[in-house]
Parts: sequence; structure tokens; C-alpha cells
Amino acid sequence: MSSITQKSRFGVAQVILFLSVAILVIVVAVPVLLILFNAFWVNGEFNIKDVYKIISEPQTYQALINSLIIACVTTIGSTIVGTFFAWLVTRTDLPYKGFMKAMFLVPFMLPSFIGALAWKMLLSPNAGFINKFFIDNFGFDGPIFNIYSYLGISLVEVMYLFPFVFIQVCGALERMDPTLEESARISGAGLFTITRKITIPLVLPSILSGSLLIMLYSMAHFGTVAVLGIENGIFNIPTLIYERIHQSGGSFDAIRTGTVLATVLIITAAFIIWLQGKVLGKGHYQIIGGKSFRPMELKLRALRVPLLIFCLVYIAFTIVLPTAVIFLVGGLKTYGLPFTWENLSLSNYKYILFEYNVTKDAIWNSVTLGLSAAVITMFAGVMISYVIVKMKVRGKRILEFLGMLPFSVPGSVIALGVILAWSGQFGINLYNTVWIILVAYIARYMAFSLKANSAALEQVHDSLVEASRACGATMWQSLKDIVLPLVRPGMLAAFFLIFLPSLRELTVSIMLYSPTTRTIGVAIYTLNEDGETVVSAALAGIALIIIIVGQMLINRFTRKVGV
Amino acid sequence: MSYVRLLNVTKKFGDVTAVNSLNLEIGKGECFSMLGPSGCGKTTTLRMVAGFEDLSDGEIYVGDRLISSPKRNYYLPPEKRNFGMVFQAFAVWPHLSVYENVAFPLRIRKLPASEIEKRTKDALRATNLLKAAEDSPADLSGGGKQRVALARALAINPDVMLLDEPLSSLDPHLREEMRFEIKDLQRKYGFSIIYVTHDQSEAMALSDRILVMKSGVVQQIDTPLNVYNRPANKFVFSFIGLSNFLDIVWEDGRAFVRGESAALPESLTPPEDMHGKGGLSLASRPSEIDFVSDSDEGGLRGIVSRKAFLGEIIDYQVKIGGQEIRVQKGRRAPGPELGEACWLRLLRPFWYAGEQ
Repeated sequence: MSSITQKSRFGVAQVILFLSVAILVIVVAVPVLLILFNAFWVNGEFNIKDVYKIISEPQTYQALINSLIIACVTTIGSTIVGTFFAWLVTRTDLPYKGFMKAMFLVPFMLPSFIGALAWKMLLSPNAGFINKFFIDNFGFDGPIFNIYSYLGISLVEVMYLFPFVFIQVCGALERMDPTLEESARISGAGLFTITRKITIPLVLPSILSGSLLIMLYSMAHFGTVAVLGIENGIFNIPTLIYERIHQSGGSFDAIRTGTVLATVLIITAAFIIWLQGKVLGKGHYQIIGGKSFRPMELKLRALRVPLLIFCLVYIAFTIVLPTAVIFLVGGLKTYGLPFTWENLSLSNYKYILFEYNVTKDAIWNSVTLGLSAAVITMFAGVMISYVIVKMKVRGKRILEFLGMLPFSVPGSVIALGVILAWSGQFGINLYNTVWIILVAYIARYMAFSLKANSAALEQVHDSLVEASRACGATMWQSLKDIVLPLVRPGMLAAFFLIFLPSLRELTVSIMLYSPTTRTIGVAIYTLNEDGETVVSAALAGIALIIIIVGQMLINRFTRKVGV
Repeated sequence: MSYVRLLNVTKKFGDVTAVNSLNLEIGKGECFSMLGPSGCGKTTTLRMVAGFEDLSDGEIYVGDRLISSPKRNYYLPPEKRNFGMVFQAFAVWPHLSVYENVAFPLRIRKLPASEIEKRTKDALRATNLLKAAEDSPADLSGGGKQRVALARALAINPDVMLLDEPLSSLDPHLREEMRFEIKDLQRKYGFSIIYVTHDQSEAMALSDRILVMKSGVVQQIDTPLNVYNRPANKFVFSFIGLSNFLDIVWEDGRAFVRGESAALPESLTPPEDMHGKGGLSLASRPSEIDFVSDSDEGGLRGIVSRKAFLGEIIDYQVKIGGQEIRVQKGRRAPGPELGEACWLRLLRPFWYAGEQ
């Protein structure tokens, strides 16, 4: 009897393992391998010379350098801004800290390409509202700031990426044992010395880990560079891949250049992830303390009001102003008219929601794609995480390795890989259909699902399942009645972590859309490219409303469930 | 002779008074302990001395120098107070080596390099850490980390050492060992110690004087012996050592153990000033009770309701009226069996009146 049960359980385990491996291989591994294969194999033989030739072409070489420059400036800027604000809201007596902290997290949910769009309206060299204002009123001969520049692009990225560092450093500073700083104080060190010699070194791993995340993100970032760079001929890796493939209609040469550039991204991403692992491994300080008194707050004294004003101005300038511009431009009858009451109306919003097929389709596509991707990825993620975290089967190692992949593959790489895999080369042609976008979304967001689900599963101790089995439940019953209810919060978190970002997705969709399969992001971007600025802004406004309402619902919901 | 002086020190957190007009003088080279249950205000007091908490009222002096005064809005910042301090959670910096941890306060003071090296090594030697100097503190045990914290506090040769439950994160046997090491270091360097703990044996073993605190109010300040032998009130009696309390009631001018029909023997007559008072209790320590042969010797009658062999001692629970009292005797001493009637004589009875 017992040997039979043993055997059937072995079978179930193998099936689950096989399914998990199959999903990750098909969705993530094959596309990545195809990119590497296409980059290095030409006509059936290994060819590194061509790779070198492609990279040394002036335009590709420049794109690589541009990616690096923009990523470095963005990373340094975000790290300084994020660390400074984190320190300000956790370690000083700045007023309204709770509000500030909430506001500094807002850029997290705002799509950066919509932000870029807003900054284009504000600071484009000739037509930008701010530039025009200064030229018209103060007699400037030229723009006061040209957003179509390396610095402009990087600054816009900083505005939307610094929360990666902010949130990590805030967490570390809040969890840190305050007596570590107090003992430095009683040793005679002033607050400045403590910050420099004790606090910063102790949270350095958190700072670096956030910085590397930004570096990874910025290297492979499409939206901001596409909106602000292309006009002035500034391409980075993802925008050049897009430009080449888009212009040539998917020619072999363009795809090949794309795969070489994508390979560079893959290698960079792998290197950054490896570095991050090292930083976190080495700096694994035990800084979480025993009995917790409130940490010392630096009294800002004379700087208190100036810094408060600085924070408020920062928030107004980087969050309120761009958002307001989007909504205002979305309300204009024609782009270029001044913002007066007679020029503003809700007709654009009505038009895109109820009349204009392109935008109506885009909203429908994004919502259905987001829902399907979130549901599928949530279930696939819980199964794969279960194998990785809980099951003891042979072959798990492969799965662990495959499970790492989604974390390190940037969106534009996934899009390119999906084109290579699903354009009929293997008998299935999904190109120009909505399905190819769905497959790409699943690959892109698998990492979120694995993270949320394995975190939830690690909380479920093995003894809970063992207790249920000891009570006479079968493996399946235990899974259904014990494990599943306990990981449900993790699954819900995964669902929302996928659904919301997919609503505003641009990097992947832009490479895969066809005229009937535009998503919200694609529609905003293409409408803007086509000069339909007011419609594009109105759609961006609608997208912002959906995102903010969605985020608020999630916040309420997760607070109730206690995720 | 007094070195650290607290005058009328009060601390309020919102509506809660954590420390209520505390007056205290601590002598140079004295080891002074603050003892009490958690939340009694002892740690808050220490943090006010250290300068981490502002005062709501009162003043603190070190020698002739005022260091905290809310009235004058003057606070000498903690880094200028020149104290050594050791925390419960060690607070050893994990990114610096043991040597650099200890040298930190000296480097802050910008001492010459040779002086830094000498004093760091001295402090490491005194705490038996010389061999571990180049190690990362993360590799040390709890006791090792606490030695680093001690060495770091010693390095500046402070006049006052503030110890905030420094031993309560350690294993019991290590705790006893470290206790004596701290005492030895104090003898060698001659600093004053202000020691916060909730462990009475720690306070007893180390201190010249003990302050017992409850809800922010001082209950007693005295030598360990006096705190144990002459507890100022029922709280101190119950907080220090094991204690028994029997409720006493009055009937027709005579005192009875509540629930017991026989009046108290003559040897256990309450003091004059407590006659007729309500809420009277008779306190005794389990180790200061003898079994006697019968009531002629002034004993209280009871029945053994539990008898437990604890190794060196035997622990009895004896029922008197409706109340129970613990008696502890050496394992060789003769005693009654479970369920037997017995007579108890309280060797050092204490009387406390009124609700406390």
C-alpha cells in the first residue's frame, strides 16, 4: 500500500516539475537562446567577426555608449536623490515626514514615458511651455534648458527611478538598530561624523543594491529615450533595436543587429545581477537591533523650513507639474493654444473613450492583456515557486537556474526573443497578433510572480503540510486546503504586481504591436509621434487615472488582507 | 564626594510620566544600579544622563558642570559628555574590525597615532581581545561582542560608565563571568558605573548602592544588603528575592491570618502603629522560615500541599487558612511530608499596611 502511494506521489512531482521547466524554457529560455544563437551563428557557423563588425558600426557603437552614459548619470543622480530623501524622512525632524514619504513613492507608479511626454511639452527647446515663457517674457534668445539632451533624458529618468534607492535605504534606516549610532555618539562623534562613518557604511549595501537595480533598468529603458532622444538623434540600445526593426519592417540585417545589441544587454544585465548578489552577500550586516528606542532625529534647526520648502518644490516640480500638464494639454482643442477656459474642454477625453477606435481598442487590449497575463503568470508562478521552495525532486537545480532568468532579461530583449521564437520559424506564427504580446508579457512579468509567490511559500512551514498528511489528507488535499489558502495573499500580490504595470507597458508592446493590437502605451507613444499631441495627452491622462485608482484600490485591499 | 547629580529629574512622554522628580547623587568610583521591572523608567533615566533624551524638568550635573537643564534649554550633546556606554544589543559596528571599533572614540578625539595605538591595545588587553584585534566583530560570540563594546567604552578612560542591561543578551553562565570582569575593570580603572538591569542578582553582585524603581517613582536607594534586609515597602520586598505574603485581618482587636480560625501567636504581633489597619500583610522569605515541633514555639499551623525536590533545596508549599506560603529548606534538614500538618516559625517577619 505504502509503496503504491510513494510511486504515485513521485509521478505527480515529476509532472509538476516537467510542467514548470517547460513553461520557463518555452517562455524565457528559448527566446534568450535564440537571440544568442542568431547573434553568433550566421549560415550555420560560429561567427564572432560579424558581431565585432556590427558593434563597431558608428551608430550601434554610439547607442552602446549612450546607454552607458545615460545609465551612469541616471544611477548616480538617483542614488544621491534617493539616499538624501530617505535620510531626510527617516533621520531628521523634517515636518510632514509621512506625507513626504508617500509622495516620494508616487513616481514608482507613474509611467516614465508619460513623464517624458510631459517634460517634452514643458522643456522642448522651441515649443516647451517653460522655455517659451522665458523667451517671451524675459527676453532669453534661446531655451533655458533643452530636454532633448543626455542630461535632460537622465534627469527625467532620475525623477522616476530614484524610488528604487529611496525605498531600499528607507527600509534599511528604519530597521537599523539605533544604538549603533548612539554608541558612536557617546564615543564622541558628532552627527555628521556618525552619518559619514557609521550610518552610510552600514546602509551602503542597500544603497548599492538599489543603484544597481536602477542601472539595470536604465540600460534597457525604452520610453524616456524614445520620447526625448530620437528627435535629437540620441539612441540607446533598446531604441536603436526598435528603430532598426521598425524601419526595415523586420529585415534579416535589422534583426541581426538587434540580437547583437540584445546580447550586450543580456551580458550587462547578468553582470549587474551578479554584482548585486555579491554586494548583498558581502555586506550582509546584522544591523537589526534589540530593544528599540526611537532613533535619534537630527534637529535641522535653521535648515528645517528651507528643506521643507525644497522637498515641496521638488514634489511640485517633478510630480504635480508634469501630471497637471498632461491633463491640461489633454483638454486643449488644439496643441499650441494658450491654457484659457475657452480653449479647454473634456471633448478629447470623450472622444478617446467613446468615439476614436484606436484608443478604444488600445484600452480594451491593455485591460484584457493585463488580466490574462496576470492570471496566467500568477498560477504558473505559484506552481514553479512551489517546486523551487518546497519540493525535493531531482532536477530541481535546472529549475532554480531557469527561475533566475526572468529576473535578468530586460524587456526589449524579451520582445526580440519572442519575435524570433514565434514568427513561424517553429511552425507557430503569432506575429502581428495579440497572442505574441501576451507571451511576451508572461515572460516579462514572471519574475514578479516568482518573487511574490516564493516569499509567501517560504512562510508556510513544511510541518503544516506534514500535519495535514498525518491527519489523513492526501497530497492534493493538503495543497488545496492548507497550502493554497496560506499563499493566497502572495498570489494576489503577484496578480496586482503584474496587472498594473502591464496596463502602462511600452517597451515590449512597441516592438510587437500591429495596427489592431495597440496597447495603451503604444497608442500614447504613436499618437504623439504622429503629432496628435492633445489626443495622446488625453489618453495619457486616462491611463494615469486608471493607474492611480488601481493603486489606491490595491492599497486598500492589501491592507485589509494583510499582504 | 557626589559626582553625578540628578536634581528633581522628570520625564514625560505625552501624558505618561516615565520618571517622576528623581533626586540622586552618585559618588566618584561608585557602582550604582537602577533596578526595576520593565517600563519603570530606569532606562529612560540612563538615557537622560547619557543625553539621548531631553528632560521635562530638573537638572543633571557631572561634578560642578551642568549637562542637562530644560529650564535653561541647555543640553550638552552626548558626544561631549565623555561617558562610556554599553548597550544591551552590543551595538558593535559590523563594518569595522574589532581594533577599529575600539579605536573609534580615540580617532574622533584626534589623538596622536601612537597614543591611539597604545590605548586601544590597553583596552583590548584588559578585555582579553588582543588576539581578536583584526577580526570582524561579526565572527565573535555574544560575549566577545560585548567585550568589544566594553573595550570601546574603556578606551577613552571615562569617568562614568553607563551600562544599559549589558549582560541580558548573554547566556546565563557567561553573564556571571562578565559580571565579575566588569567589577574587576572598575577596580582597575576607578570609573563610576551607572548600571541598569532588571536582574536583581546582577545588581546585588556588582553594586555599592541600588535604586529600586517602580512606575517612574523611586522606592528605595540603599546598599544591596539593606535593600534585601530592610526593604522600604512591600514592592521592594517582593521585587528583591523570593517573598511570601499572608493577608492579615482584624477581629475583636486581634489579628488573624485571613481564613484561619486561630489568632496569630504572640511572637507575631503586628507593630503598634498598624493595629486595626486594613490591607495588612505579613511578609517573609521562604529561606527564613523554620519548621517547629508545635504551637508552643509560636508557630503558624499549616498543611503541606506540595513538596518538590529541587536538588540542593527542598521547596514546600504550605497552606495556612486559605493562603499558601513557600518554604525552602536544605535537602538535609528534616521536614514534614506531603499532606502532613506542620508548624512554621517566621524568623524575620515584616509587616506592611495599606494597599501597595
